[in-house]
Amino acid sequence: MLLFNYIIVLMVVFSIVFGALNGNLTALSAAAVAGAKDAVTLSLSLCGMICLWCGVMELMRRSGLSGKLSRLLRPMLAKLYPTAAKDPETMDALSSNVSANLLGLGNAATPAGIKAAVGLKRLSGRASASDELCLLVVMNSASIQLLPVTVASLRASFGASAPFDILPAVWLSSLLSVSAGIFAAKLLARFTRP
Amino acid sequence: MKLLGELAVPIIIAFVMVYSLRRGTDVFGGMTEGAKDGLKTVIGILPALITLLPCIYMLRASGAVDALCSLLSPILARLGIPAETVPLMLLRPLSGSGALAVGSDIIKSSGADSFAGRCAAVMLGSTETTFYVIAVYFGAAGIKNSRHAIPAALIADLTGFLAAAFFVRLFWG
Repeated sequence: MLLFNYIIVLMVVFSIVFGALNGNLTALSAAAVAGAKDAVTLSLSLCGMICLWCGVMELMRRSGLSGKLSRLLRPMLAKLYPTAAKDPETMDALSSNVSANLLGLGNAATPAGIKAAVGLKRLSGRASASDELCLLVVMNSASIQLLPVTVASLRASFGASAPFDILPAVWLSSLLSVSAGIFAAKLLARFTRP
Repeated sequence: MKLLGELAVPIIIAFVMVYSLRRGTDVFGGMTEGAKDGLKTVIGILPALITLLPCIYMLRASGAVDALCSLLSPILARLGIPAETVPLMLLRPLSGSGALAVGSDIIKSSGADSFAGRCAAVMLGSTETTFYVIAVYFGAAGIKNSRHAIPAALIADLTGFLAAAFFVRLFWG
């Protein structure tokens, strides 16, 4: 968070320096006003779709659909996480973390992921991150969301003709990115001391 | 393929509703309760956007964003990545709301259906806030030595960026 504070301060300082150099200084105050205004209009235009989708996701949770997906994923995850597979509680948390990520249930994914991380740490009995814990973090830091609703609404609010037409591209990119992450984690694990 | 993307939302909504009804779940109650949570999410994003968008717009108005993009564009052109997405790629691993703000700036200034606008959207949709995830998970588990987690996660991000540009070019190029 500290780094991010430096970044936003640098952005403003740089914009004044560059504005002065380029003779664009007068445009800066208009830009600041436009930015604050767009923040509000953007949030409003995203609000409907985000709320609708949160409604659908709540329904998935209540009807047991997300639990079903989590059970479907278990055999595949047991292959990636052999140590966790021996501990039912950790495996439970792990599969609900992955299924919540797939469905875009961010609020449910993080607590389940943390529970899985604590479980994996306990199972490894080491102070440093075990191979499987690193894999969990890598899989969570690569998005595997099936419906990036916020991004699609963002496109819609800026006049995209078909806001969801990017989905296949998003799916394929996510798939490649997660695979690369898993592959890199498996490969690099050999060179880092556990 | 593009049709599949367009049909995903109505089909999923219909499927979830029919499934819930058959399981005896209160469909209307569940949807409205979830929507209430959605409002909290939006209220959470708004202050961050109000802080970040003016900074990003000022940086763009000063000409600094264009200068950075044109500086890096020869290297990025070889990788097939549009230079306009540079600020997004730099901020994506660090801040979720920052990436949303920068992404919306790119989509707005380049156009939602332009190559750069589509790339920005796909990048935003296929990556996560890497450093935040690492901090939260390792913090909760009490891990000091993160070993290969950060490089592996950044390799995943980089692959996501390259793949986004590749698939947008493939589908709309």
